[in-house]
Amino acid sequence: MILPALFFYLFAGVCVASAFMVIAAKNPVHSVLYLILAFVNASGLFVLMGAEFLAMILIVVYVGAVAVLFLFVVMMLDVDFAELRQGVLQYLPVGVLVGVVFLAELLLVAGAWVIAPGMPQAISAPTPSTMTNTEALGRVLYTQYVYYFQAAGLVLLVAMIGAIVLTLRHNPKAKRQNISDQVARTKETAMEVVQVKSGQGI
Amino acid sequence: MSELLQDYLPLVIFIAIAMGLGLALLVAPFLVAYKSPDPEKLSAYECGFNAFDDARMKFDVRFYLVAILFIIFDLEVAFLFPWAIVYGHLGVYGFWSMMVFLGVLTIGFIYEWKKGALEWD
Repeated sequence: MILPALFFYLFAGVCVASAFMVIAAKNPVHSVLYLILAFVNASGLFVLMGAEFLAMILIVVYVGAVAVLFLFVVMMLDVDFAELRQGVLQYLPVGVLVGVVFLAELLLVAGAWVIAPGMPQAISAPTPSTMTNTEALGRVLYTQYVYYFQAAGLVLLVAMIGAIVLTLRHNPKAKRQNISDQVARTKETAMEVVQVKSGQGI
Repeated sequence: MSELLQDYLPLVIFIAIAMGLGLALLVAPFLVAYKSPDPEKLSAYECGFNAFDDARMKFDVRFYLVAILFIIFDLEVAFLFPWAIVYGHLGVYGFWSMMVFLGVLTIGFIYEWKKGALEWD
């Protein structure tokens, strides 16, 4: 089949090109838009592999939510583009050092990586046509991999609490509605009759 | 595998038509429309004087908080989809594993509600 191969090279090519543009684009907002393009193409690659559920989750979660979050962060940074570009040469040695360390780690991992003996047969085994992709995931995720599943829940809890602790600042001067307090007001608590002598204030 | 990809053929056609239409509408003005470029047309409009700085403003950090809380519950719902599909096969263990997951996130939700993170001010 030539068509899947054609689509694979289309998705993979656009994905790599837009991933390159993420770091090459001068405007951070454009970087985020290229990142969204990379996500969409990665989800196309997932569909080609037959992982439909992952592809749709990638669209919903990454394109729908994470990319918006990145846009917020980029807009919150209040970046001065001219000022940003001045520091490039100053930070270049550190950046190159980090890049080299990361590349070395990647090479070490890739060099030591051995494909498990049973894996090639397992991958090339035909997907049972009676079972959808999502169903196959659901069969193992909640029972066989229950600890990873619960760990994911705990990670989400930590993320939620962390975000609230780090960013929530209430304005002490803001007046909020408190329905029960407002309804519980009676004439006695709300009103006061004051006897004022003439010629004197309160 | 081929059957699965054939299911996506309408989607491919749909996206191709959408991209073709979008590109045509983008390119057509370059070819057809009357052009008389002027730097003033691109500058920010401020009455009477030149703009002091660009229109880029800092966002309030609360937008970020709302977005991250949305993502967390988005992911929670994403975990519910496969669970709902195989619900009949999972048995008691799978059911309670999901209930514990939901319970952990409900603790976070109660915390969030009590802290007032869902209120704007």
